[in-house]
Amino acid sequence: MSTILDVRNLSVRFGQSVILKDLSFELAAGTSLAIIGPNGAGKTVLFRALIGAIPFEGTVRWGPDARLGYVPQKLDIERDVPITGFDFLQARVRVGRVDIAAASSAARAVGLSIDAWKTPIGELSGGQFQRLLVAFALLGDPTVLLLDEPTAGVDEPGQEQLNELVHRLQHERGLTVLLISHELTVVSRYANQVLCLGRGMAHMGPPNAVLTPEALREIYGNPVAFHSHDH
Amino acid sequence: MQIDALLLATVTAVAAGLVGCYAVMRRMALASDALSHVALPGIGIALVAGLHPMLGALVALFLGALLVWTLEEQTRIPTDTIIGVVFSAALAAGSMMMSSGDELVSVLFGRTGKITLIEAAFTVLAAGRVISFMLRERHRLVVSLVSPDMARTSGINVRRLNLGYMLMFALTIGLGLRNLGVLLMGSLIIIPAATARRLATHLSQMLWLAAVIAATTTALGFLLAAHLHREPGPVIVSLAALVFALTFLRRRA
Repeated sequence: MSTILDVRNLSVRFGQSVILKDLSFELAAGTSLAIIGPNGAGKTVLFRALIGAIPFEGTVRWGPDARLGYVPQKLDIERDVPITGFDFLQARVRVGRVDIAAASSAARAVGLSIDAWKTPIGELSGGQFQRLLVAFALLGDPTVLLLDEPTAGVDEPGQEQLNELVHRLQHERGLTVLLISHELTVVSRYANQVLCLGRGMAHMGPPNAVLTPEALREIYGNPVAFHSHDH
Repeated sequence: MQIDALLLATVTAVAAGLVGCYAVMRRMALASDALSHVALPGIGIALVAGLHPMLGALVALFLGALLVWTLEEQTRIPTDTIIGVVFSAALAAGSMMMSSGDELVSVLFGRTGKITLIEAAFTVLAAGRVISFMLRERHRLVVSLVSPDMARTSGINVRRLNLGYMLMFALTIGLGLRNLGVLLMGSLIIIPAATARRLATHLSQMLWLAAVIAATTTALGFLLAAHLHREPGPVIVSLAALVFALTFLRRRA
């Protein structure tokens, strides 16, 4: 497998505080990487450095085939902003000079309802809004999806559907997926690599090596209730 | 009443309505309203130096736009406070540069007067530039409005786009200063767009509603002001505010 992402000695500082320090890891194409860690560990900051949205030290090298699709953490859109799901997808189509037909096939691929097409995005349900963001990301024909807690603010059945959706997309399109999540059960089910950030440390490895009670205690600081289910 | 002044003001209003849409959606209504204040010291310096006041106003506005743009990039600075202090200080400093109270009032609230051919040509060209920018960039602006990070991963240069937008914003204020003055021009950008936001159900509807409301209230304001023997600026803004107030009577479907 070719390397799609190579991160060397990545450090991010905001003023005096060091958010990420000397982080190095490598990802093979097609990997499903889960990023876990307590709040404030720098998970979102890592994503924003990876997409080049914030200044950092060290190197972030994406492979030549890497096209990024980014789904940010729950966005706060006011209810009365008159931008519909269609307006938003159409904007991506126009920006990328993609065929407009791609918008409806992306909407179908993520199971976006027809109503979402005409509804202001601030009024969409959590699940529909996240699907819209995923559809938007797919319009760039990505080879890598970065998802920042895609199921936050989504009801229970919706979370399950979103996780399945991402898993299915990854399988069908051979995507590399980077997923920030708090749901350790989801992580152990879908990820084949886990990057655990926290307390200035980072561990990376397959889920059964990283998601051990000792490692989690070290990162989270206190015992975390987590039981691996093997259904 | 001058037909040429009315036509130029209406063209400027269309630009103002379009520019305002993104300002009200980006929650920068207050910052953009205050930006117009910065024109005052520019006008003051131009008058002292014997230059065209419009030139001084535009230079000051572009500098103010650069300040807002720079502050937007910083997340760790209390942007609202800085904008409040700087732009109020600009208003105060500029007021002291005016030679008379009469001059101050006309700069603050706008006053019609003879329009030279060069001014007319500049207004038409600049308003046309703003309108074409807003229509051409509307998709990029929407994406970066929803999420600057998604815009970046879509290949949009968000910093450059924001800079372009702020400069168009400053230019629009500059165009409206003659009729609406330093205190009122921000309102012609914000109020029609805020009205359109309340009425529209999708983006293109918001854009054309804002443009139509701004143009109509401007044209009607001119006619009404001539009839009432008032300066047009305050009449235009009062009309626009009245239309905004009327939208509260209509229940959202």
